[in-house]
Amino acid sequence: MNRLPGWLVGLLVAAPIVGLLVFYVWPFGNLIATAVDGESVRTVFGRSRTWSIVWFTTWQAVVSTALTLVVGLAPAWVIARFDFAGRRLLLGLLTAVFVLPTVVMGAAFLALLPESLDRTVWAVIGAHVVFNLAVVVRTVGTVWEHLPPDMEHAAATLGASPPIVFREITLPLIRPAATAAAAIVFLFTFTSFGVIRVLGAAGTRTIEVEVWRRATQLGQVDQAAVLALLQLAILGALAVWSSISARRSSRALQLRPLSGPQHPRTRNQRLLVAGVAGATAVVAITPMIALVVKSISTPSGWNFTAWTDLGSAEVRPGISLGLDPIDALRNSLETAAWTTLFATVIGAVAALGIAAARRGGKLLDAGLLLPIGTSAVTIGFGMLITFDTTPYDWRSTWWIVPVGHALIAVPFVVRATLGVLRAIDPQLSYAALTLGASPARAWREVVLPHLWRPLAVGAALAAAISLGEFGATSFLSRSGGETLPIAIEQLLGRTGSLLQTKGYALATILAAATIGLVMLVDRTGALVGGRSGARSDPENRTSRSERAGR
Amino acid sequence: MTPTHTRFAALVAAALLTVAACGSDDDASTDDASAESEAPGDTSETEPADTEAESTEAPSTEAPSTEAPSTETSDSTPAESEADDAEAENADTSITLVTYESFPSEGTRVNDELARFTAETGIDVEILIAGDTGTMLSKAELTAGNPEGDVMWGIDSTFISRAINSEIFEPYTADGLDAIPSDLTDLVPNGEATPVDFGDVCINYDIAALDDLGVDPPNSLEDLTLPEYQDMLVVQNPATSSPGLAFLLATVDQYGEDEWQDYWLSLLDNGVEVVDGWTAAYYEQFSYAGGDRPLVVSYGSSPPFEVLYAETELDTAPTGVVESTCYRQVEFAGILAGTDQPDAAQQLIDFLVTTEFQEALPLDVFVFPANADAALDPVFTEYAVIPESSREIDPDTVDANREAWIDEWTDLVLG
Amino acid sequence: MPGAEVELAGIRVAFDENVVLDDVDLRVAGSEVIALLGPSGSGKSTLLRVIAGIVAPDGGTVTIDGVDMTATPTHRRGVGMVFQDNQLFPHRSTLDNVAFGLKMSGVGRTERHERAATWLTRVGLEGFGSRRVTELSGGEAKRVALARTMIAEPSVVLLDEPLTGLDRDLHDQLVDELAELLHGSDATAIIVTHDVAEATAIADRTVLLDDLQPHGTARR
Repeated sequence: MNRLPGWLVGLLVAAPIVGLLVFYVWPFGNLIATAVDGESVRTVFGRSRTWSIVWFTTWQAVVSTALTLVVGLAPAWVIARFDFAGRRLLLGLLTAVFVLPTVVMGAAFLALLPESLDRTVWAVIGAHVVFNLAVVVRTVGTVWEHLPPDMEHAAATLGASPPIVFREITLPLIRPAATAAAAIVFLFTFTSFGVIRVLGAAGTRTIEVEVWRRATQLGQVDQAAVLALLQLAILGALAVWSSISARRSSRALQLRPLSGPQHPRTRNQRLLVAGVAGATAVVAITPMIALVVKSISTPSGWNFTAWTDLGSAEVRPGISLGLDPIDALRNSLETAAWTTLFATVIGAVAALGIAAARRGGKLLDAGLLLPIGTSAVTIGFGMLITFDTTPYDWRSTWWIVPVGHALIAVPFVVRATLGVLRAIDPQLSYAALTLGASPARAWREVVLPHLWRPLAVGAALAAAISLGEFGATSFLSRSGGETLPIAIEQLLGRTGSLLQTKGYALATILAAATIGLVMLVDRTGALVGGRSGARSDPENRTSRSERAGR
Repeated sequence: MTPTHTRFAALVAAALLTVAACGSDDDASTDDASAESEAPGDTSETEPADTEAESTEAPSTEAPSTEAPSTETSDSTPAESEADDAEAENADTSITLVTYESFPSEGTRVNDELARFTAETGIDVEILIAGDTGTMLSKAELTAGNPEGDVMWGIDSTFISRAINSEIFEPYTADGLDAIPSDLTDLVPNGEATPVDFGDVCINYDIAALDDLGVDPPNSLEDLTLPEYQDMLVVQNPATSSPGLAFLLATVDQYGEDEWQDYWLSLLDNGVEVVDGWTAAYYEQFSYAGGDRPLVVSYGSSPPFEVLYAETELDTAPTGVVESTCYRQVEFAGILAGTDQPDAAQQLIDFLVTTEFQEALPLDVFVFPANADAALDPVFTEYAVIPESSREIDPDTVDANREAWIDEWTDLVLG
Repeated sequence: MPGAEVELAGIRVAFDENVVLDDVDLRVAGSEVIALLGPSGSGKSTLLRVIAGIVAPDGGTVTIDGVDMTATPTHRRGVGMVFQDNQLFPHRSTLDNVAFGLKMSGVGRTERHERAATWLTRVGLEGFGSRRVTELSGGEAKRVALARTMIAEPSVVLLDEPLTGLDRDLHDQLVDELAELLHGSDATAIIVTHDVAEATAIADRTVLLDDLQPHGTARR
């Protein structure tokens, strides 16, 4: 494996680096250059609204995170401790909800909630909680599962009542996992964009939404750039703080898997498991059902008009929204196809390079993760204001949106592939070589056959990311080139009309497509299984990937 | 910690850490990046080479404007055979007209007129809807130099200075501009855009709905804050919508720069509803179109629209206009800088101010034609309201304060 | 606290379709130390868990000192238990592990730390208080587990294979220590083991699990 010729390794590493420099580093630098202008910094920082937006962004993220943790602990416990019919299904269901595009999740909650709650911050927080339940259930659940029940029993025999056992024993032991989950949920909700665009009132603004609003509605590019950097600075500071505090509290807990989850035995246990699992399933499924129901609930009663008449978006005869839902579907599929191609090729090349290049590879690996840490809105915004000058005026090219999506998707292709590449026994290649195969042939015969599967997983993830991507696309897509999430957001803004019903129909299609792709990945055994260490690894990335792009 | 969990946490930590790290990374590259992105800027300032080559005389053709449209190109002068020649010359040319969402995309006389333009010139016109005026303008700014279309219709006098400052338009003096009164052309002294129509943004009311409620129509802006009009008014967001901005300006005009905020607070208390655009306000919220709000910010020309398109024939307009609330708007069309079809774009601009096209406007776009020679349809003259005096704020004042007012309004009203 | 009498009557436990204990009767006198013998997987551990209230029996009663405790939750039974793999709390220091039971019964911080330190000395671990439990050797961890259980002065002590998995010398040494510890307290003790020599060395009486079940073969 590591016997690739030096020039080839160089080439393999260089290609993704060039891509990263051109499509990420340059726009990012340009964004900073745009923002570094005393006037706009002063304006943004001097506006009291800026700080109330920062405050709102923070508190809704804190509340969303806390609620997600609290609500997620019960299903995490039930799934970790008990084996019951539908356990796997429940876990799969939560994961499916988690990988849904943000716009779809917003749409589902819009469909579900009574009008009095629509467009309130509570609707937004509710959507955040349901959306992110899987993070808590999976992250905390995995640790909980490996926490021996006897340790809790030991505390009980020493006189600790169940609440005290939880406080004194369980909670401290699952805390690192809970903290990790909280960090992820906080990152997602702090940079929430799609959910808020769909579900929030016009005045509900996270920093991310405000960046978009300033840039695309008020034309204040420099102020938007300042806000984008302000958001990154806050996230960066939090990351540093959380990594420092994580280091301080990190402690190697030698938790061994014991007997695994047991069937509930007593009546109380059965009731508890059924109650928690049932409630969780209801919470996860109801928004999806509401979505479908709303897509056949038109202003003229229950019918399939929105579905049969999907191909137009007329407000009234002759007056149209200027977007064609069927076109949006086609645009999305085309974009997803190109994203998949770009991300898979670059991801495969990068993975090969990283595996072969050792130290330099590690750097590239980390570099490719950068776009995920940056918000999608910032990526799209940076690209839009950077590639605007001949000969680099790429705003109207067909490939700019897929490239933006690929930036977010590549790391996940790399991660899916890299694990397999590293696991291939180098001895195998040597063996092939000693049997007289040329290096190229040995590579083809030994390495290549193992690559298809991870690449297929990566490709499916890339496609799912692209289909649901909203933040970067909000900037990069042009009139007439709307993708599904863009079309859904626009249609759902039209209260009480058939247009909104069509928005729900499109959201249903997008939800089905995403879940279908994720199930495809699951069929390869890499996604929802979730219990055996190595296999369950990519699934965590899926989740992350899915959402990183919004 | 289990391997799975550790790896997951490591991945997340890596992602988070890189965010922190990238600050310094990218700082280092800032200089390079900005240098790179600025260098080619010079070339774009001087604008697409093809534009220059083909239309250098264009801006200076003001006075001798020939009556025939589309005689721009130096080689097709004879007026008689103009249609055939032009058609042959422009075969397969297609240009895109970017416009707001209330512009009819098919089935109206305006669209018929555009089809006639295609028949005469061979230039196909595609209509691209780009949202409400504010959104459309911002998009044009973000795509300046590489526009989404060739000609833009509908930036109005409340937004025009922003459009001019961000150089989204290629200056051009239309043939036939002399038919447009100077009080309109004076708004764009350098010819960045061409005035194509004007109208008044006014409070409209649903006569029958108010009747049913036993409420008299309001007479003034002040009336809208009265309890009897509670939860009745729907307005547009001035950040995204041009009538929304016009209405905001009307309130600024009425109450002054320091008092309009109080007025809006009263409107809020009285249950005003805000939507993003005119289409959503009028077609989805206004009671006459099926919504549940009998008062809407719309146009002085909306009543004739309702007469014309009524399902049963009407003698009187079903909606009314509160004249004292009217704010004057002039709309412009302009060639988007960076178009690769400057010649065809110029021909379209010329066409847009022709009497024939202008006469189609009132009944389909519900505005008054800018061309003084265009005759008005009787329905329009009978039912449209032209206030004796519309509100207007000096363009320079609007330009200086627009963003600040919108910001202030957003914080106040949207929270 | 004097040892409590433990009486099991008709205990039956099944996991799913799998009957582990079938109609078990057992009576242990106050302060008696008995050893419960049987091959691994025979349900010995399960029986201890039934007494401790960790596993709820599908049938039968658990009576401690004449009180029916079948439905009483673990923390109110006054039953201490030493687990096969100790189950020390990894997030607490050795001293805090030992002191945990005292903390639960409301003993003040200073006093419980003093008493815990005394107990550490008693099991030969003087000065180990600030150690992390994850750094203890097998024998040390076992002693800490014993001290943690005994410090709370339970009326019944259950020990689940307490000396399994230790090397020979350590095992022999701990057999003596354990016998001394149990007989030195008043607690009633039930040790589960599969080692006959160990059982006879520690216990007053040795009981075969199979002998307690009339249907003897019901186990898996």
